[in-house]
Amino acid sequence: MKAILNMVAILCVIVISAYLAYYGFGSDKLLSYSNIRLGLDLQGGVNIVYEAETDNPSAEDMSAAVAMIQIRLDKENYTEAEVSIEGTNRIRVNIPGVEDPQEAISSIGATALLTFEDESGNVVLEGKHIEKATGQLADTGLGNQPVVSIKLDNEGTQLFKTATENNIGKPIIIKLDGEIISAPIVNDVIRNGESMISGSFTDAEAKQLASRIEAGSLPFALTPISSSGVGAKLGMDAFNASLRAGIIGFVTILIYMLIIYRVSGIAADLALTLYVTLIIITLSLIESTLTLPGIAGIILSIGMAVDANVIIFTRIKEELSVNKSVRSAVDKGFNKALSGIVDGNITTLIASLVLYLLGTGIIKSFATTLGIGILLSMFTALVITRILLKTFVALGIKNPKAYGG
Amino acid sequence: MNYIKSRKIFFIFSVTLILISFIMMGINHANGDGILNFGIEFSGGSVIHLNIGQAFNIEDDIRPIVEQYLEDSSAVIQLVPDTYEVIITTKTVDNTIRTNFVGQIKEYFNVDENIILAEDSVSPTISSETQLSAIYAVVLGSVLMLIYIWIRFSDIKFGASAVVALIHDVFIMLFVYAVFRVPINNSFIAAILTIIGYSINDTIIVFDRIRENKKMIFGDDETIINTSINQTLTRSISTSITTLIMVSLLYALGTSSVKEFAFPLVIGVISGTYSSIFIASPVWYQMRKIKLT
Repeated sequence: MKAILNMVAILCVIVISAYLAYYGFGSDKLLSYSNIRLGLDLQGGVNIVYEAETDNPSAEDMSAAVAMIQIRLDKENYTEAEVSIEGTNRIRVNIPGVEDPQEAISSIGATALLTFEDESGNVVLEGKHIEKATGQLADTGLGNQPVVSIKLDNEGTQLFKTATENNIGKPIIIKLDGEIISAPIVNDVIRNGESMISGSFTDAEAKQLASRIEAGSLPFALTPISSSGVGAKLGMDAFNASLRAGIIGFVTILIYMLIIYRVSGIAADLALTLYVTLIIITLSLIESTLTLPGIAGIILSIGMAVDANVIIFTRIKEELSVNKSVRSAVDKGFNKALSGIVDGNITTLIASLVLYLLGTGIIKSFATTLGIGILLSMFTALVITRILLKTFVALGIKNPKAYGG
Repeated sequence: MNYIKSRKIFFIFSVTLILISFIMMGINHANGDGILNFGIEFSGGSVIHLNIGQAFNIEDDIRPIVEQYLEDSSAVIQLVPDTYEVIITTKTVDNTIRTNFVGQIKEYFNVDENIILAEDSVSPTISSETQLSAIYAVVLGSVLMLIYIWIRFSDIKFGASAVVALIHDVFIMLFVYAVFRVPINNSFIAAILTIIGYSINDTIIVFDRIRENKKMIFGDDETIINTSINQTLTRSISTSITTLIMVSLLYALGTSSVKEFAFPLVIGVISGTYSSIFIASPVWYQMRKIKLT
C-alpha cells in the first residue's frame, strides 16, 4: 500500500513539474520554458563592452556612466537592455532583439560631451548647464532646418551672457565629443539663456542629440572594445535547431534506456523526465541567461544524469549475478555506485565553479547551467531513481530479469 | 582484453595523433594561415555577416568596397554556401567605419532594409585577455580537480593520471581544430571545458572501481586494472552512446554556429571515452611501476 502511495506521489511530482515546465504558472507563464531568458546568440541582439578612456575611473563615475547609459537606452526604447560594470573600467551593455547592431553601438557609446569654446579654445560653457534641449525645425537663414534649441540654467545663462559679450563678431565653437558641429558668429549679447545649435543634422539626429544633451554627458569617453551583434533571425534559427536536436535526442535516449534496461529503464526514464523539467523550472526561476554554450552544459549534464543511472543499474546487475535477492541487490547496488557518482559529479562541479568565478558573459552562462544540471542530476539519480526502483520491488516486480539480471 | 599489456599501442596511437596535430599546426603556420584558425575573440578583428539578398560576385562586387571602405586588403571574404550571405573578416575597425561600409554595400546593391545578420568586433587588447583567462581557467580547474581526486583517492597518482587523460583529450580536441580548421572562438572554450568535465567523470568511474577492487581482489595491478575496466566497460559505452546521440543530433540539425560547436564535441566525447579506458588506467599503472627505491 505504501509502495502504491509512493509511486502515485512521484508520478504526481513528475506530472506537476512537467506541466509547470511547459505551461508555467499564471498568465506570465512563470517557471515555464518560454520564461527562460535567452542569450543574445539565441534570440538576436547586441552585446557591447566599453572601456573607459581614462586611467582608474572612480567607482562613482562608473556608476554614473551606467546610470547615464541606462537613461539613453530607455529614451531610445531599448527597455529590455541591461547595463553592468565589469571589472574596474568596463561596462557591458546587452540589448536583446535589436535589428541593426551598428546603430545601437553608436547611439550608446557617444559621450555627448557638449562644449562651447571661444576662438582660442577656452571652454566658456558646458553641456551640464543646459536645462532643456529640444530638436525642432527652425529658420536658420537657409530655410527651415532641423536644429537643437537649448535653454540654459541660471549659472549657464550668466556664463553665456559673459561669453557672448566678450566675443561679439567672433565665432563661438560648439563641439560634441571634441568634434566641431557648428561655429556661429556672435551678433548680439544673449541674456535670456536661450540659443540654437544648428549643424548638418537630419530631423531624427537633431531629436536624438537633444535627448542626449538633456540626459547629460558621460563622465568620460567610452571606447567599444568588443561588440557582437546577432540578427534576431539568425539567433532564433540557432535556438530552434538546438531545441529540436535536444527533444529528438532526449526521446531517443529514453527509448534506448527502455530497450537496454527494461524495468530499470522505466525508472531511469521517469527520473530523467523529472530532471529535464526541473532544469527548465530552475533556469526559469533564477532568471539565468541561456546561451548556446549553456545548451552544451545541459547536454553534458543530461549525459551525466544518464550515466549515474547506468552506473547504478550495472551495479544492481552485478549484485543479481551473485544470486542476491532483488531487494538487497537494489540496496547494495546503490550503495556501491554512490562513491563513484559523487566523486565524478563533484569534480565536474569544481570545474563549473572555477568557470563561474573566472568567466564572463557566455562562459558564465555555461558554468551556471552545468552547475545546476549536475546538482539536479545527482538528486534525480540518487533520490528519485532509488525510490522508484524500491517501489517497483515493493509492488511485486521481483523477477531479476526485469532489472537486467 | 588486456589493457595493460597493449598499453604501448594505445600510447603510441595517441601520441601519433597529437604529433600530427602539431605537424598540422606547423604546416598551417608555414602556409601563413596561423597555427590554428583563431576567431576574432582570440585574435582581435571584426566580422560582418551580411545578407545581400541577391546574386553577387565576391571579387567583383564585394572586395573593392571592402578595400576602399574597410581599408583592409587582406580581408577574408566568404560566401555562405547556398545563400546570398557573405561573411567578411577584417582587422579591428571601429563602428563608424563599419556603419559607413554597410551603407556603401546597401547603396551598391540598392537595398534599404537592414542587411546585417550578425556583426562582431573585438579589439586586440581584450582578445589577449580572453586567451589568458581561458588558459587560466583550464589550468586552475585542472589543479583543483587534481587536488580533489588526490584527497578522495588518497593517492596523487590517481589524480595525476586523470589529469594526463584530460590533457590528452584537450590535445585531441586541438587536433580537430587544427586539422579541420574549426574556428577557435568563445564556444571553443565551452567545448573544451565540456569535454574536460566529461572525461574526468568517465575516468573517475573507472578509478572508483580500481579503488574498490584493490580492497577486494588480491592480485597485481595488472589484474585489478583489467578487471575494473571490464566491469565498467558496458557503462562507459552506454554513457558515451547516449551523450553521442545528443551531440551528433546537435551537429546534424544545427545551424552553422551550432555545428561549429557540436563537431568538436562529438570528437571530444569519443576521445574522452577512449582516454578513460585506454589512457588513464595504463598511465596510472605506469606511474605505479616507477617506484622511488
